[in-house]
Amino acid sequence: MTQSVVVQVGQCGNQIGCCFWDLALREHAAVNQKGIYDEAISSFFRNVDTRVVGDGGSISKGKICSLKARAVLIDMEEGVVNEILQGPLRDVFDTKQLITDISGSGNNWAVGHRVFGSLYQDQILEKLRKSAEHCDCLQCFFIIHSMGGGTGSGLGTFLLKMLEDEFPEVYRFVTSIYPSEYHLYPLFLIASLLMFFPRKSLFDIISKIDLMVNSGKLGTTVKPKSLVTSSSGALKTRHKKPFDAMNNIVANLLLNLTSSARFEGSLNMDLNEISMNLVPFPQLHYLVSSLTPLYTLTDVNIPPRRLDQMFSDAFSKDHQLLRADPKHSLYLACALMVRGNVQISDVRRNIERLKPSLQFVSWNQEGWKTSLCSIPPVGHSHSLLALANNTCVKPTFMELKERFMRLYKKKAHLHHYLQVEGMEESCFTEAVSSLSALIQEYNQLDATKNMPVQDLPRLSIAM
Amino acid sequence: MSIVTVQLGQCGNQIGFEVFDALLSDSHSSQGLCCKRENEAYQASCKERFFSEEENGVPIARAVLVDMEPKVINQTLSKAAQSGRWKYGQHACFCQKQGSGNNWAYGYSVHGPRHEESIMDLIRKEVEKCDSFSGFFIIMSMAGGTGSGIGAFVTQNLQDQYSNSLKMNQIIWPYGTGEVIVQNYNSILTLSHLYRSSDALLVHENDAVHKICAKLMNIKQISFSDINQVLAHQLGSVFQPTYSAESSFHYRRNPLGDLMEHLVPHPEFKMLSIRNVPHMSENSLAYSTFTWAGLLKHLRQMLISNAKMEEGIDWHVRPPLSGLPSLGKMSLNKDLHFNTSIANLVILRGKDVQSADVEGFKDPALYTSWLEPVNAFNVWKTQRAFSKYEKSAVLVSNSQFLVKPLDMIVGKAWNMFASKAYIHQYTKFGIEEEDFLDSFTSLEQVVASYCNL
Repeated sequence: MTQSVVVQVGQCGNQIGCCFWDLALREHAAVNQKGIYDEAISSFFRNVDTRVVGDGGSISKGKICSLKARAVLIDMEEGVVNEILQGPLRDVFDTKQLITDISGSGNNWAVGHRVFGSLYQDQILEKLRKSAEHCDCLQCFFIIHSMGGGTGSGLGTFLLKMLEDEFPEVYRFVTSIYPSEYHLYPLFLIASLLMFFPRKSLFDIISKIDLMVNSGKLGTTVKPKSLVTSSSGALKTRHKKPFDAMNNIVANLLLNLTSSARFEGSLNMDLNEISMNLVPFPQLHYLVSSLTPLYTLTDVNIPPRRLDQMFSDAFSKDHQLLRADPKHSLYLACALMVRGNVQISDVRRNIERLKPSLQFVSWNQEGWKTSLCSIPPVGHSHSLLALANNTCVKPTFMELKERFMRLYKKKAHLHHYLQVEGMEESCFTEAVSSLSALIQEYNQLDATKNMPVQDLPRLSIAM
Repeated sequence: MSIVTVQLGQCGNQIGFEVFDALLSDSHSSQGLCCKRENEAYQASCKERFFSEEENGVPIARAVLVDMEPKVINQTLSKAAQSGRWKYGQHACFCQKQGSGNNWAYGYSVHGPRHEESIMDLIRKEVEKCDSFSGFFIIMSMAGGTGSGIGAFVTQNLQDQYSNSLKMNQIIWPYGTGEVIVQNYNSILTLSHLYRSSDALLVHENDAVHKICAKLMNIKQISFSDINQVLAHQLGSVFQPTYSAESSFHYRRNPLGDLMEHLVPHPEFKMLSIRNVPHMSENSLAYSTFTWAGLLKHLRQMLISNAKMEEGIDWHVRPPLSGLPSLGKMSLNKDLHFNTSIANLVILRGKDVQSADVEGFKDPALYTSWLEPVNAFNVWKTQRAFSKYEKSAVLVSNSQFLVKPLDMIVGKAWNMFASKAYIHQYTKFGIEEEDFLDSFTSLEQVVASYCNL
């Protein structure tokens, strides 16, 4: 069994991370009735004897003493992290695994990346090494951040580069929250939205994409707006914090992703299998995800969906966590991670049913990967996470590039970035050309969409 | 003589458990329909082949369990121990922490060499426990990373280190529609390597077994354990003891050797399949009666028309009239209606087995021209019934049945290869494009050879 370390960067990253740890604890509490520290729990938690001073307190077997999250929390202002440390989860986090500053990155990618990057480089590396040492067999880093702010985007991408250099063998799974651009929200949300004010943040995103293209291994992009619209059906009560529902969904995504690696099932799927099956070409490592049923923390009133309905939902536009419509775009590959009392015949039946309405690329007509995990998520009898490598991410990138170019032509806000040491205009032009190349790749794939599938001539053997 | 089983990967281990369980529960079954002395001889023979004895009398399976991550092996070990009737050896398993990621290259080039010594050591210990050793039975799937990659590596090693022993690989052919996206790549790499190093490839297709579960067993929600149980039943009916000659009461000593001798006359043709009749749920069994004539008629037609189970047999397919010149080489464009065989083995178990008439299988029209039916066909009869079936017949066949599925897999892999998709995942671990091309070439050769029968 392997372990994973979660690195949460920035305000958004830390809030989602907090949700994630809460859910992870609940899930393991539901499954592990006897309180024994087993391999499943060890994938995300350490078992520590808190009476021992210093570092020697790790216990590897036996009863659970005190669980510590395998996490590194990074933020350039203290508000969110302090709140976490005063909240109900304070005992789960090791205070030595935090890196905070006071001033914040001011929504400036360059500040996050260059200034704080160089300032905290050694500290970050030290914390990462420490957490890796605590692992028997470290398989994956989960990086949670947003692309809109300054810390999450700037420092987050700096971190990615560092992980690639220092831990080249360890998988990097990045969950990026992509900001929304429209202000069509009820009043109480607008204040927070100013953080995601589109124009300023565009540069961040572009630079972020550049680095992600070149160094990140896998990324799932999640857009808050679609989360809000898709979860609004499920929301019965108002949440106190605006992004609670959305954070919850993202946290669930991460949990479900790792469920088949942690728990038993008749067809297991490990994290390295995700990369193997869903990334046909190294640059096209962007995945779209959809989760059914979409549930939030306090929402236990969702009527249990019929099994087949669950599969149909996973492919509908409303359940996608990115504002995109995969059904009308081209699938390169698709993975179905099923939890609960679902058998292989149910999955096969649904694949046969849904296949005709989906378009797969010509060389991967049967591009399905299935996994069956016996343990359902808390409060539900079954759930489905669909991960797809689909050209429907292209419009998102194109939109991004367009908005960026509009601002860049006018040189708006540019000086904020250029005044940071080490930033030059070439950084921006490089970023744009990476993005353009990526869009071009997707274009080429889309061009093959409605062409008939041809059988290529095979090798002929002399008899 | 004893057989050592090597179970590889999730699939191999899950199936291996069901096989040992089926073998032991059949051998302890009270419905053997024979006298006590004979039953005891049967049990002893089964035990010697597949189990070794422990101090407190609990049989230990002669098996080595290999997987690159611990969950499945732990489950398998505990399920066996829970049954109370048998168990796996305490130190018979080899396990790592991180799986092979569905990557054949990772299994073959990284895990294989890295753990070669430990795995071969475990196998050696198991072989040393056998008084007389017959050969290896290796259970693996083709679609994943461990079963396929490490399976290919281990089989190669076995060929080097145990060149005098026989190796039969039990391969699970994945569902046509995606269990794993790169399953076609993994499959062609596995098959091309195994064809060189293994002595016989016993193939089971998930799609076929799934249909058996759905149509014959009437299972509504089919799980992998249902599928594995059907598989175990089929394997059990082949590997349980059989008489060595028509009228003697001694059980056959060398099952693997005899199987290979009868079924693999030429190294170019190694792929075997199993068909068995009858196969039904326990409820239906209570209401059914069988005659040998009926069973054998169905089995013969299943062979000729390439049907995988009793239902939906195409009765229109007939063998070409003997005496006429062969109709020319079959091309793959035409549907292979008639299934030409190289060799067949029919194993009959149960009541009045001596009266069963197998003349229909000796028709020369069923076979290729270069082997006489007297050499190509064999029948083993045993009085003792198998697993609740008063009469059961199983056919192990070396014939054209796998040509179409193999061709499909090669075709799909070729299409994917042409676009170079996923290739970087393999080259990362040392499997280059040339290796792919080599595999394609060998398999096209196999397809062509079988087509030209």
